[in-house]
Amino acid sequence: MKVRSTQAIMECLLEQEVDTVFGYPGGTILNLYDELYNYKDKIHHILTAHEQGAAHAADGYARSTGKVGVCFATSGPGATNLTTGIATAYMDSSPVVFITCNVAEPLLGKDSFQEVDITGIAMPITKATYLVRDPATIPDVIRQAFAVAATGRPGPVLIDFLKNVTAPDQMIEYEFVHWRENRGCSSIRSLAHTHELKAPEPNSDDIDILVDMIGQAQKPLVICGGGVVRGRADKQFMEFARKLDAPVAITLMGGGGFPGSHELATGMIGMHGSRASNVAANQCDLLIAVGCRFSDRVALNPATFASQAKIVHIDIDRSEIDKNVLTDHHIVGNARHVLELLNQRLTQQEHAAWKDEILSLKRDTVVEECDQLTPKQVLETIRQLVPENSIVATDVGQHQMWSIQHFHFEYPGQLLTSGGFGTMGFGLGAAIGAKVGNPDKVVIHTTGDGCFRMNCHELCTVEHYDLPVITVIFNNGCLGMVRQWQNLIYNQRFSETTLDRGPDFVKLAEAYGLNGYRVTNRTEMEQALTAALASGKGCVIDAVIDTDDMVRPMVPGGAHITNFLLE
Amino acid sequence: MKQTISVLVENQAGVLNRITGLFSRRAFNIESLAVGPTDDPTISRITIIVDSGNNMVDQVEKQLNKLVDVIKVRTLEENNLIGRELMILKVNATNKTRQDIMTICSIYGAKVDDISPSSMTLELSDTPERLDTFQTMMRPFSILEVVRTGVIAVQKGSGKI
Ligand SMILES: Cc1ncc(C[n+]2csc(CCOP(=O)(O)OP(=O)(O)O)c2C)c(N)n1
Ligand SMILES: [Mg+2]
Repeated sequence: MKVRSTQAIMECLLEQEVDTVFGYPGGTILNLYDELYNYKDKIHHILTAHEQGAAHAADGYARSTGKVGVCFATSGPGATNLTTGIATAYMDSSPVVFITCNVAEPLLGKDSFQEVDITGIAMPITKATYLVRDPATIPDVIRQAFAVAATGRPGPVLIDFLKNVTAPDQMIEYEFVHWRENRGCSSIRSLAHTHELKAPEPNSDDIDILVDMIGQAQKPLVICGGGVVRGRADKQFMEFARKLDAPVAITLMGGGGFPGSHELATGMIGMHGSRASNVAANQCDLLIAVGCRFSDRVALNPATFASQAKIVHIDIDRSEIDKNVLTDHHIVGNARHVLELLNQRLTQQEHAAWKDEILSLKRDTVVEECDQLTPKQVLETIRQLVPENSIVATDVGQHQMWSIQHFHFEYPGQLLTSGGFGTMGFGLGAAIGAKVGNPDKVVIHTTGDGCFRMNCHELCTVEHYDLPVITVIFNNGCLGMVRQWQNLIYNQRFSETTLDRGPDFVKLAEAYGLNGYRVTNRTEMEQALTAALASGKGCVIDAVIDTDDMVRPMVPGGAHITNFLLE
Repeated sequence: MKQTISVLVENQAGVLNRITGLFSRRAFNIESLAVGPTDDPTISRITIIVDSGNNMVDQVEKQLNKLVDVIKVRTLEENNLIGRELMILKVNATNKTRQDIMTICSIYGAKVDDISPSSMTLELSDTPERLDTFQTMMRPFSILEVVRTGVIAVQKGSGKI
């Protein structure tokens, strides 16, 4: 069947069951938006205030729903505005297909108006980029792009269409093929063959070796990493942890992969890890890491990390094996599948003494009773008032660590946080994407006064689309996380981290047509949140807290994992 | 230690960029790089020589394997490969020195491509080490220009990538 090339693009999105796109139009992408006008009943477009917000929203949508996110932007500045969002998705293995349009073929390479080599720029921050110059290749490219984004270790992909490729008179041959069938089409099949697009099949002997190693271990520890979340392997992980009868440490990205409230959970591991998790890593004789890449924020000092243990690494990405930490054994494969095989072969273990040793280090959070509002009071109020399955999107800084330490995430996609790239400004976009993808859930956005300023213009998106995202600003009047380092390591030389400036966040919220509340004690916080939840509208709660509160515990970067600078 | 990595890639715009970017991004230094088509015009072969530890080469191999345009990656066994490089070298030559230069050329099996009253242009295809020593031998005559292609290599025997 002959169709317009832009029609083929829309149909290809429908093949992938895409019903939501985040984006921002402009000159070169006009043809695509013109076609979108025909498809507006099938493909719902969310116009953000800024392309970065659209990128984070598509990312947050992907993380929270497990589907592939889609984001449109125009050439030049539209495309470059995406880059922070693309890198954020890449570092956290979030599947997003970014679609940009470039100048027309005759203008390419001439420094034409709004021309930029976005496929070149995006190369190191994507799994693949495609520059489409031939309209006939559109279906193949889009199908491949989605397959690459969603399979193996997920991640972002960018497609750049030249404007002439999308011209209304470009007709191409096109047949609708549902994605379940098109994953078998020839171009993707050859890809699948050579690149293990699908998850590599775990080696059966490798599983047996691990079962043996477990049999010999007295003090095993499991780490739940982001791979458990991305691979939606939470059920299999739970069964494994129970059978292994061992403590479970959770990385920042692993939040939601294993219930934080479970008795075996020892909390976060690494720089701001709990004493229980970090001591366990140091004392264990077998460390099994599932879908975690031993980043410098987790392993801290690779040379001394888990030095008494045999380290076993389960990961879908072969290149992660032995990259940061040398391992004694590894299994390459999808977390869910590997754990299923393991669970079949593993008999019930028992490690009562070791569990006692580690789990006794767990400390219940004590929420201070005082007049001045504290981060824990804010978080505890949220925990008590919102439904248990609420989604939490954070920004980056102290409030991020406090949020993750305090909340117990119960399922994959419940926590949205920029772990790998640490992108300030991620939270509001991600919260918007999550709310669009999960209209039935309450979405809380915890942020800092610094981060919020970076993308607060997305409040207009919250208001316009009537997305009841609740933003809670941990307003400490400073770039708290940086100030914490200055406090501890730079002799209190507070260079450029004081945020004694506007705007008034309550008035700002109101200017965007939303409710704003300023709260300075626990009662006010409770009242504001109750009102916010009841209003069913987006709102901003400006929670004023002390400037010098710190994230505890803390192990400095590169130090041994139990060398706590702060307890 | 020098290692030779042979990579088959889709012959597509931007592929070389992706591959070299992967090296520079991880601060891996490329010693030599040669690219050309294979028997199948849709596939190119890239031969890369790096000088570094095993661990790093292992990591490079895995990273290369992840690229969508990369079809196959293989690190060639150093003591079991045929590696060749082509050099074109222009050297000062006068009536006095021309004969000496010719003698060295015949020892190395180098060809004379061009000759002028004051210069000679020589061509030699051999292992990079032999090219190095040939270059050393030519230095006393004053080298005007050296162009080398970078090494291409295959594994000995009937095996292929
Ligand atoms: C885009 C970006 N710029 C700079 C940083 C460095 N950085 C990390 S945390 C932080 C402070 C964040 O301040 P705020 O949002 O107020 O959060 P707080 O730590 O006070 O809770 C900064 C500047 C970053 N992560 N991202
Ligand atoms: Mg702050």
